[in-house]
Amino acid sequence: MKQKILILLGTKKGAFIVEGDAARQTWHLRGPFCAAWPVNHVVGDAATGTIYAGGGNEWFGPAVWKSTDLGETWTHSSEGLSYGEGEPPIKAVWSLSSATDGLYAGVEPAGLFRTTDAGQSFEHISGLRDHPTRPHWQPGGGGLILHTIVPNPSETSQMWIAISTGGVYYTADAGKTWTPRNRGTRNDYMPDDQKYPEFGQCVHSIALAPGMPNRLYQQNHCGMYRSDDGGLEWVSIEAGLPSTFGFPATPHPRDPETLYLVPLNGDVLGRYVPDAKAAVWRTKDAGATWEAKRSGLPQENVFFGVLRQAMATDPLSPAGIYFGTTTGALYGSSDEGERWKLIAENLPVIHSVETLVVDA
Amino acid sequence: MAAKKENTDTQAPAKVTVVLPRALIDLFPGAPKDVELAADTVRDMIEELNTRWPGMRDRLSDPTPSIRRHLNVFVDGRRANLMTGLRPGSRIYILTAMSGG
Repeated sequence: MKQKILILLGTKKGAFIVEGDAARQTWHLRGPFCAAWPVNHVVGDAATGTIYAGGGNEWFGPAVWKSTDLGETWTHSSEGLSYGEGEPPIKAVWSLSSATDGLYAGVEPAGLFRTTDAGQSFEHISGLRDHPTRPHWQPGGGGLILHTIVPNPSETSQMWIAISTGGVYYTADAGKTWTPRNRGTRNDYMPDDQKYPEFGQCVHSIALAPGMPNRLYQQNHCGMYRSDDGGLEWVSIEAGLPSTFGFPATPHPRDPETLYLVPLNGDVLGRYVPDAKAAVWRTKDAGATWEAKRSGLPQENVFFGVLRQAMATDPLSPAGIYFGTTTGALYGSSDEGERWKLIAENLPVIHSVETLVVDA
Repeated sequence: MAAKKENTDTQAPAKVTVVLPRALIDLFPGAPKDVELAADTVRDMIEELNTRWPGMRDRLSDPTPSIRRHLNVFVDGRRANLMTGLRPGSRIYILTAMSGG
């Protein structure tokens, strides 16, 4: 059956869908959806075709939006997105992730929720906020946010999450208890003898390598890392990169050795691409070596960044790679990063990019 | 009979008019701009709105509990909170605050 690919965008002013054919040559933009609310993450459930969008509006609070007709119509709910009476209200939903036991939502202030009724209501996974380190979590530049949720696809009870700035936490009992998993990741904002704390690192994103449930990649505020033991120990893989600073880390959909990054020029230098030239950096050996992929990307006066959830792959072969910029441009490659094309521009700030392949 | 009628009137919630902001109406297709309902407090009013349009409570108030920080509720011209009382004939405006970017 013919297929089509949807690129799902979360932006500062709503969700958008960019629809392309399976050849990935022609694209059509639809949106904005979700009442043009700030939307932090849009994900698609490949099994059902349902699209979920998480965000928050200054007037009306947080919500998870849902569309069962590929974006034609939407509903919204925040029932249960609460820490309870007297606790700080939740400002926004930041990250969504489908798992075998439901859809998980990470929120600001940092916490984790799950829906088992397809987004109608949410339950608090309270074990994370009960962790004794929680009072010490500090807000990063984007707030105190739970921004990455990584379920283990081969073991339902296992999950990693990432908080700015709390670090990486892991559960092996479906969220009842959590342990920090940050050993080996650096915090340059601490005194010299405290740069490798148990928690409190500014993790920017983590991702699980396909087919290797113990291999994780991590882009941190202070370095680029890999773990081959589920996050117990992290090793630096930043040698060869132009910068230790960036946001997304996006594995190839099938090759656990291949990863894509967009390093930025540093946290105090403007946070745009180094030398004002756009490049996606790719490793094909799990971080031992890196190469810049620039063909088709602008190489003069480029001052955009790419945010933590704004890069994604598609499941096609060869794999497609896509990233959205802080200046509202969407770039894509249909040949695993060799050549790039501008797919859309003049959009609002792009917060997230995900893909969904459905029957045409 | 007269005493019974007076008692009924005393216990019945006040009939009021609520004016919803456009941005809220857009989130609940079918909701009108002006809503006639019966409630004795702003909190009860929000509960009644939520009964008619499930989910509206969470759009208007947070679980602290409080009216959301960037919304204003005016009852007969005065800024109100969840506990503010309503009188028969009260006109309540729910307004979005100047906010955004």
